Amino acid sequence: MEYVAPNSLDKAAEIAANARGSVRYLAGGTDVLVQLRSGLHQPSLVIDLKRIPGMLDVVRTADGGWKIGAATPATTLNAIKELRQSWPGIVEAAELIGSTQIQGRASLAGNLCNGSPAADTVPAMLAAGATVTIVGANAERKTLSIDDIVKAPGQTHLKPRDIVASINLPARSQKGADAYLRFIPRTEMDIAVVGCAVNMSLDGETVSEASVALGAVAPTVVLVPEAAECLLGTRLEDEAMENLSMSCRAACNPIDDKRGTVEFRISIAGVLAQRAARTAYQRARERQ
Amino acid sequence: MKMMHVTTSINGDPTEFLCDPRETMLDVLRDRLNLTGAKEGCGTGDCGACSIILGGEVICACLMLAAEAEGQDIETVEGMANDENLHPLQKKFLEHAALQCGICTPGILVAAKALLEKTNNPTETEVRYWLAGNLCRCTGYDKIVRAVMDAAEEMRSL
Ligand SMILES: Cc1cc2nc3c(=O)[nH]c(=O)nc-3n(C[C@H](O)[C@H](O)[C@H](O)COP(=O)(O)OP(=O)(O)OC[C@H]3O[C@@H](n4cnc5c(N)ncnc54)[C@H](O)[C@@H]3O)c2cc1C
Ligand code: FES
Ligand code: FES
Repeated sequence: MEYVAPNSLDKAAEIAANARGSVRYLAGGTDVLVQLRSGLHQPSLVIDLKRIPGMLDVVRTADGGWKIGAATPATTLNAIKELRQSWPGIVEAAELIGSTQIQGRASLAGNLCNGSPAADTVPAMLAAGATVTIVGANAERKTLSIDDIVKAPGQTHLKPRDIVASINLPARSQKGADAYLRFIPRTEMDIAVVGCAVNMSLDGETVSEASVALGAVAPTVVLVPEAAECLLGTRLEDEAMENLSMSCRAACNPIDDKRGTVEFRISIAGVLAQRAARTAYQRARERQ
Repeated sequence: MKMMHVTTSINGDPTEFLCDPRETMLDVLRDRLNLTGAKEGCGTGDCGACSIILGGEVICACLMLAAEAEGQDIETVEGMANDENLHPLQKKFLEHAALQCGICTPGILVAAKALLEKTNNPTETEVRYWLAGNLCRCTGYDKIVRAVMDAAEEMRSL
């Protein structure tokens, strides 16, 4: 195995394009190193992206959105107050990853590219309508939605040599907020049994825009437009909440494992969706 | 196997080493630099026994390639005491008997040091969450948490 740490995206793309064997990009390494050690992936070349200018930076864009360098660790995100105000759900999802030590390294892009259906930040990014800037093989840039990338357990729709340059969050509407919740059997350091993100905007007290995403209840993280539909035009009255739960449960196609049975996951998805919706609603109202 | 030459700083000392690109920082600390304070409990980021501070953030040395250390500042448990003078955390761990076998101790000391550098007045809940990635199979954590709280108090009065 060889290790390189290029200092520009174009250089990284060029090295990857010319590499003969298998290539692995390295952000925080909290998945890469575990997989390297377990023998799951034995790349012939590791390309460390952290020396590329901008990869560890978070910047506010001219339109009020956010551009998060692909290797930015969770701890950096957690420390940015304005980011937490705009996207509390994204930040709270990042704060749930592993431990303090893991958060010192783990990035949103790595969480996305690793392709786990239980990845904590992916439902939050999906519900937020985040986009991803990608540098392809011949250094051309393109922008995809999170939904375009999510594919199957351990896989994404990225081309093997595509590099994620940044995660982009849209500008937050005046009266909007998001929330992410997960269920685990312990209080920390475990993999989501169910995760749910809700993002919404209000018009007065009424939900005018919404999106709902679920994690760990299907082969991939999923957006549930039918569930979002149940919230539109409501003030989260009991009936809307009941419909939200039912839509989320209907969207589940989970597995049985030691952390949770199929029935349990389906049931919890409905509960978490209601709680996440209430939290997002509350936050949105407080922002006015 | 092509070896890599890495120049870094460990506990303030300029350090150079040669390593295999597959080696982790933990491998190099322990096997090449003879800094055996950081322990390998799991090698997969779960136990925190290998905790080190990289550029001010506490991380798992088992999840870092040694090659990544180029030009970085690394702190390990070996750098905590000032010559013969133990760090307040180290003193409080002894005073409170916050260790038994000691395997988890260097990682916990390093992680707690990083916490107290961010906040000198953590709540018990903050201490427990901060140290959630440091497993101890002996003490039951209570004495550890008390030692950290007590060290924080002492450091506030310094
Ligand atoms: C102890 C422990 C606990 C964990 N707990 C959680 C948890 O609670 N929730 C959770 O969701 N995850 C958890 N994880 C998994 C992991 O920490 C996350 O998936 C993390 O976000 C990965 O980010 P990273 O920067 O470390 O990625 P890396 O390990 O560097 O990369 C992950 C994958 O993405 C690819 N990649 C990285 N960056 C790019 C890029 N810019 N362009 C293209 N490809 C790229 C890599 O090649 C690799 O395939 C845990 C891991 C450990 C070891
Ligand atoms: S040895 Fe690194 S976390 Fe266990
Ligand atoms: S003292 Fe033995 S593991 Fe903590």
